[in-house]
Amino acid sequence: MDNVQFLIAISVALFALGLLGVIVRRNVLIMLMCMELMLNGVNLSLVTFAQQTASAAGAVLVFLVFVVATTEVAIAIPIVLLLVRRKDALDLDAYADLKG
Amino acid sequence: MIETVLLWLFAGTALVAACLMLVLRHPMRVALALIATMLSLAGVYALLGVHVIAIFQVLIYVGAVMVFMVYAIMLLDVRDRSFVRRFSPLLVPGVLATVVLLGILALALWRTLPAPGVAGTAGQVFSLQRFSVTFLNEFWLHFEIVSVLLVAAVVAALAVLEIGRRYRG
Repeated sequence: MDNVQFLIAISVALFALGLLGVIVRRNVLIMLMCMELMLNGVNLSLVTFAQQTASAAGAVLVFLVFVVATTEVAIAIPIVLLLVRRKDALDLDAYADLKG
Repeated sequence: MIETVLLWLFAGTALVAACLMLVLRHPMRVALALIATMLSLAGVYALLGVHVIAIFQVLIYVGAVMVFMVYAIMLLDVRDRSFVRRFSPLLVPGVLATVVLLGILALALWRTLPAPGVAGTAGQVFSLQRFSVTFLNEFWLHFEIVSVLLVAAVVAALAVLEIGRRYRG
C-alpha cells in the first residue's frame, strides 16, 4: 500500500472513530474531545493531499482549522461549565430539557 | 526505509490511541489518549516534511487546547451516571452506522485516489517562507474572516460569563 493511501485510510478511520465517540459516549467533555479527534482526521487528510500535490494551500487550511478548533473549545468549555453548575451532571441525558 | 517504518509506527499509535478514547472510562485518561493521538500526528506531519504544521500541532493543539481541556476536567470531577455507564443507548446503531460509513468512504477513496508514485516533492514546498507568503497573499480574506471569528468568540465567551454571573446572582 502506498504511503498516501495509508495516511488517507488513517485519516478516514480517525474521523469515523471521532464521529462514533460523539454518538456513543455520554460524557459531554469526552464528546468535545471526540470532535477534536474528527478535526485531527480532517487535518491529516489535508496535509497528505497538500504534500502530494505540492501546494501550500492545504497547510494554510490546516492552520485555519486550528483556529476554528481553538475557538470551538474556548466557547464550548464555558458553556459546559455553566451547564454543570446548573444540573450538576456531565451526562448528556441530564440536558434533555434543552431540546426545542 | 526508516522513515516509512516511523510513519507507520506514528500512524498506528494515533489509531490505537483514538480507539482507546472510545473505551476508557475517566475523562482524564481520554484526554491523555487524545494528546497521544495529536503528538503521533505531529510526528507524521514532521515525517511528511510539513514541519510548520507539526510545530503548530504541538503548540496550539497540545499546548493550548488540550491544556484547557485538562483544566476543565480537573475542575469538573463529577462522578455521575456518565461515569458509571460509559455508553449511550445508541451504541449498537452507532457502531453499525460507523461501519457502513467506513465501508462507503473506503470504497469511494479506493476508486478515486491517484495511483501510487505520483507524490509531490516534499520538504522545500513547506518552508515557513513559502507558507507565510501564500497565506498572506492568497488567503488574506480567510485570515481576516478568522480574525472576525476570534473577536466573535471573545464576545461570546464574555456573554457566557455574564449569563453565569446573572445565574449566581
